[in-house]
Amino acid sequence: MKRYTVAVLVRNQYGVLNRVTSMFRRRRFNISALTVSETESAEFSRITVIFDGDDDNKEQLINQLYKLPDVCSIGEMHRDESVSCELMLIKMANEPATRKDILTAAEAFDAKTVDYAKESIMFQLTGDSRHIDDFVNLMRDYTILEICRTGSISLEKGSSTIRKVTNF
Amino acid sequence: MELTGADIVVKTLIEQECEVVFGYPGGQIIDVYDSLYKYRKELKHILTAHEQGAAHAADGYARATGKPGVVIATSGPGATNLVTGIATAHLDSVPLVAITGNVMTSQISTDSFQEVDITGVTLPITKHNYFVERVEDLAETIREAFRLAVSGRPGPVLVDIPKDVQTAVCEFVPGQKEEAEEKFPAKDIRIEQAVRTIEKSVRPYIYFGGGVLAAEAQEELLALAEKTDGVLGCSLMGLSAIPTGHPRFLGMQGMHGHYAAGKALSEADCIIALGVRFNDRVTGDREKFVENKKVVHIDIDGSELAKNIETTHGLRGDIKLTLQKLLPLLKEKKHPKWQQRIRVLRQEEEGYTDKRKGMTPRNIICKLNDFLEPDMPVATDVGQHQMWAAQNLVFTKSRKFISSGGLGTMGFGMGAAIGSQLAVKEHAVLLTGDGSFGMNLNELATAVSNKIPLVILIFDNGVLGMVRQMQTLFYEKHYSETVLARQTDFVRVAQAFGAEGVRAETVEELEKALQLAFDCKGPFVIDCIIDKDEFVFPMMPQYGTVDEVPAAPEKK
Repeated sequence: MKRYTVAVLVRNQYGVLNRVTSMFRRRRFNISALTVSETESAEFSRITVIFDGDDDNKEQLINQLYKLPDVCSIGEMHRDESVSCELMLIKMANEPATRKDILTAAEAFDAKTVDYAKESIMFQLTGDSRHIDDFVNLMRDYTILEICRTGSISLEKGSSTIRKVTNF
Repeated sequence: MELTGADIVVKTLIEQECEVVFGYPGGQIIDVYDSLYKYRKELKHILTAHEQGAAHAADGYARATGKPGVVIATSGPGATNLVTGIATAHLDSVPLVAITGNVMTSQISTDSFQEVDITGVTLPITKHNYFVERVEDLAETIREAFRLAVSGRPGPVLVDIPKDVQTAVCEFVPGQKEEAEEKFPAKDIRIEQAVRTIEKSVRPYIYFGGGVLAAEAQEELLALAEKTDGVLGCSLMGLSAIPTGHPRFLGMQGMHGHYAAGKALSEADCIIALGVRFNDRVTGDREKFVENKKVVHIDIDGSELAKNIETTHGLRGDIKLTLQKLLPLLKEKKHPKWQQRIRVLRQEEEGYTDKRKGMTPRNIICKLNDFLEPDMPVATDVGQHQMWAAQNLVFTKSRKFISSGGLGTMGFGMGAAIGSQLAVKEHAVLLTGDGSFGMNLNELATAVSNKIPLVILIFDNGVLGMVRQMQTLFYEKHYSETVLARQTDFVRVAQAFGAEGVRAETVEELEKALQLAFDCKGPFVIDCIIDKDEFVFPMMPQYGTVDEVPAAPEKK
């Protein structure tokens, strides 16, 4: 099993996310993260899909996506040729015995302290997903109260874009 | 020209050269029906007994013509009654445009009377669907629906129109008939690779399906068979694409396919698959299916390539255009050994043929063949009779076998037969079973009121034969709920609906009945009494291989 990142440009229409995720569900694709957001154009939304599988699964996912009339273009984001990052908020229990260790780790990971309360500390962390995974794994030794991650977003390096000019 | 949304719907249907629509009125589609009344001279509407019948009728019309069938229903139950019909069309890639009414936009999402989220319900069984919020978008949406339905791999599209959008008024600009999006052949490099593989083959087998009909690639298909000196077999959906009597055609393959077709397929060294999807009913055990074989697969839908089996070459493109590029590159071959083997297989098959006298399923269909004209469509329902039909019907023209393949919808036949009759304007035939017929026989009313010349043959055995057959073979004859034990008299049912009906218990009676039926100007029911223990043979076990096929009926 490999992890793939696929970016999908879709018509910005009511229910489009439902169409895409409904297809993932009925075709049983193993999606580990999905983000959807506005883009440079009001006409389009951009969906970033992270999923696990093999090359055949990936081909099938892309082919199935192309069958949805709302899908305009699709690009695979290769690790070396793209920039990916995600954002996490993590809330830790604030206990005297562990406080110092947690803060040290956060500093080492460049996590920003965004809330400090009597019984909890919240950090904000950005970076590629592996960087965030590493921090979460480290925090598992302490008491994690809550985690919220955005899922990864990606853009290709250089001037190329997934939006084909011919689509306009 | 300023028009209401309802008028725009009807005007756009006329503009799309729609000659007949099927449907059922209701409270939230009443405005469209008011416009249908206004334009009744330009667009014919067939009122069915049930929305499901209307959906199947539109589907039957589309299968017989290749043009999109159109069905109209009201909101809520009207819309949900279409669901089986839409799913049937989806699984068999039939172009269908379904138009539903819905409650007014201000009431949407409030669970108001007869409100249902039909775009949500039909999301996985349509190519695409639309909820039209603005009357200004209506005409373009319907046009896009027509274009999508016939473009690429055809399929059903649904347009849901709230009542207030039907009554709102806007400027209507007449448009043109929508054509399918431009077709394209597979990439040259892929075609060249495929040619090299095909040329190395000494036992080529061409497996074709409904995609050949959709692409109208019959001529190229036969040319490919000639040039490769290959043999042809098809899926259920491919039937009637080429004449049944073609010397290279071995018939249908798969679970209940022809013996020679199944055997030849398993012995082939190269399968050229055209417009098929390697459904489990065709392949059985998929790994064994492709063992020691090269597979060249051509399909307009890229997601079908390598979906179900591993292919040597997957070519995404229109079959007709791709073969037109491929054929000139291909060297003409002769494979006398392969053809000799095929002759042997055909002889073996001949030996297995059911030669009993009397009211056997095969004799009934062979008798029907004597009456069939080339232009007459034959619809079926689903079950044993459908397989007997697929095995024994003789076709000379394309688009004459109207049958629910992918979804296997019992109750499909009545509506579909009516739709196909209205498309070709010849007598249509329905082959059905007493189980299937019982599901939608209410459409006899539609056939009577519209004077549809329809010959209905019921294979009446008092049981749900296909399931019963499986129970006999695999469930120790536990006939759980497959013995109908009904007292239905189909002759009197026919008469009660205003149709004609007779019972046939012998081949002689059947012949007389068929004569009357094909002379009749309306629906004519022939209740053919057959033995409840008639089986469909050959039969490959589910997910099995062709070597496990019992080719002939064993002694019961």
